[in-house]
Amino acid sequence: MRNAFADELTKLGNEDSRVVMLSGDIGNRLFDKFKDKHPSRFFNCGVAEANMMGVAAGMAMNGLRPVAYTITPFVTTRCLEQIRTDVCYHEAPVTIVAVGAGLAYSGLGPTHHACEDISFLRSIPNMVVICPGDAFEVRGALRAAMQQDRPVYIRMGKKGEPVVHKGPIADFKIGKAITIEEGSDVCLLSTGNMLPEAIEAAHKLKEKGISAEVVSFHTVKPLDEDKLKQAFSRFKLVATIEEHSLIGGFGAAVSEWLVDSETQAKKFLRFGTPDAFFKKSGEQEYAREVLGLTGHQIADKIIHALS
Amino acid sequence: MNVAVRNTAAKPDVAALKAQAAKLRGKIIEMSHKAQAAHLASSLSCADAMTAAYWHVLNIDPKNPTDPLRDRFILSKGHAAAALFATLAMKGYFPIEELDTYCQDGGRLAEHPPANLLPGVEAATGSLGHGLPLGCGMALAGRIKGENYRVFALLSDGENNEGSVWEAAMFAAAQKLENVCVVVDYNKWQATARSNETLMLAPLRDKWAAFGWDAHEIDGHDVAALAEAMQNIPNGSGKPVALIAHTVKGKGVSFMEDDNNWHYRAPTAEEVVKSFKELGLS
Ligand SMILES: Cc1ncc(C[n+]2csc(CCOP(=O)(O)OP(=O)(O)O)c2C)c(N)n1
Repeated sequence: MRNAFADELTKLGNEDSRVVMLSGDIGNRLFDKFKDKHPSRFFNCGVAEANMMGVAAGMAMNGLRPVAYTITPFVTTRCLEQIRTDVCYHEAPVTIVAVGAGLAYSGLGPTHHACEDISFLRSIPNMVVICPGDAFEVRGALRAAMQQDRPVYIRMGKKGEPVVHKGPIADFKIGKAITIEEGSDVCLLSTGNMLPEAIEAAHKLKEKGISAEVVSFHTVKPLDEDKLKQAFSRFKLVATIEEHSLIGGFGAAVSEWLVDSETQAKKFLRFGTPDAFFKKSGEQEYAREVLGLTGHQIADKIIHALS
Repeated sequence: MNVAVRNTAAKPDVAALKAQAAKLRGKIIEMSHKAQAAHLASSLSCADAMTAAYWHVLNIDPKNPTDPLRDRFILSKGHAAAALFATLAMKGYFPIEELDTYCQDGGRLAEHPPANLLPGVEAATGSLGHGLPLGCGMALAGRIKGENYRVFALLSDGENNEGSVWEAAMFAAAQKLENVCVVVDYNKWQATARSNETLMLAPLRDKWAAFGWDAHEIDGHDVAALAEAMQNIPNGSGKPVALIAHTVKGKGVSFMEDDNNWHYRAPTAEEVVKSFKELGLS
């Protein structure tokens, strides 16, 4: 996802002279092309994320379109006050791009995990929260973010994730979920880098004769309410899937919507990370397995819930 | 007052410390190769400071890692975890074989020091800029409880970008935390660029001095000088002490020295052999 981000950013930088890139001393060589073309619009802000976010807000208040980028916890929780007050309160069109969301950087330990960021950021007024499901959604989200006039948070995985879409998404819209596979029994609403697991779960369910629809619910705020209405009326089971805490994340947002809209869920399951730091060493696949977040484990739980 | 007994008079055994530093570097290189983990150069950069601290300065007992009177050492630049893990294992905090589990599924040794999991690790670090505020709290706790232990925090130069470091610096000076010592691993590189081209650190010693610290420049690869300066804490100045340690990133292996590719790169088997030769290890 991060290479797609850097590439799309370079294109946007070519098209729009307001685009400025701020990085928190990460992404070795990732932005070489952007730097080459637009040396005066690239800033390595160092290991000083609070300052980076304030600088981004100041630029955005004065007609620029800054993108602030670093590892997820450092571009969210480390500078949350600046995001809340400088960016969101001022409705400054800063695009915050996070790499390594959820447990993408599992091996680096809890200082680098990010399973609370959706919760924090979606509770801030004026903020839009997008969790792209693959590299093409990253491109679509970045482009869409630049085309409007408000703060946006884009939560990416790392690099080398499976690419789900066949090509660029022409009609990517913030707040409009994308149906990846159609189905008739259960509906899997996935956000962010869990999309490949959701697809795998659907395939496992199919083997058991259960038809699953897979939706990339890339925007967590604002929610695609039409999609939710359809899902809860058409399917006998709806599941939310995310690499984020069950507290305050996508599943929590859908739960809130269910209550507030007085919608009756037939069966509703939420897949996400527990209320605990994942302290064990190990890469993302291992962490997902331990936490029951792989496609086959999700499928098993759904089968169990239906029986 | 619970007074820890410290042997401040002992002269560092320079030859022994140098040999130990080479052994530590060898372990770090082995770990990086086996796990193919990043931050090798960052770990080699501070190997001499770690050696001086653990093999000469710190008043610690690996058999009693929670002794209230122990000196506290915080590896604030947590991405050099390999250096800390190797040090702690060599000191006997946990079996040396456990180093083989570095970055392996299910182990205790992830790529940054964990919280409440591994004996000898005083604080979970990895998010830069946390070690010194924590250290100030630890030092004040000692003062309030009447325990005279010392607190050492090893910071990277890039870490000096963080505002939290300077908030703690002013706090420590106001509180006259003379039992606190910061060592800055000043290797002039950050993750993606030269330190002074990223944010202006220079003149770094003057900055720490201006923030109320007794600040000194020191050769960060002179184990004896490091050992003496750190052992001398508190040094009678009535101030917290900052040692601005001039270092070379990747120190000890010619083809890694001052080459920031080794911030991310891990060595091949062949490169391990070459490194060992240069370090005088077999
Ligand atoms: C708060 C925070 N922001 C960003 C990072 C990512 N990161 C890891 S190491 C590093 C910089 C490395 O340079 P330096 O701090 O000078 O240490 P060196 O490896 O050169 O000793 C960065 C930006 C981090 N760990 N913590």
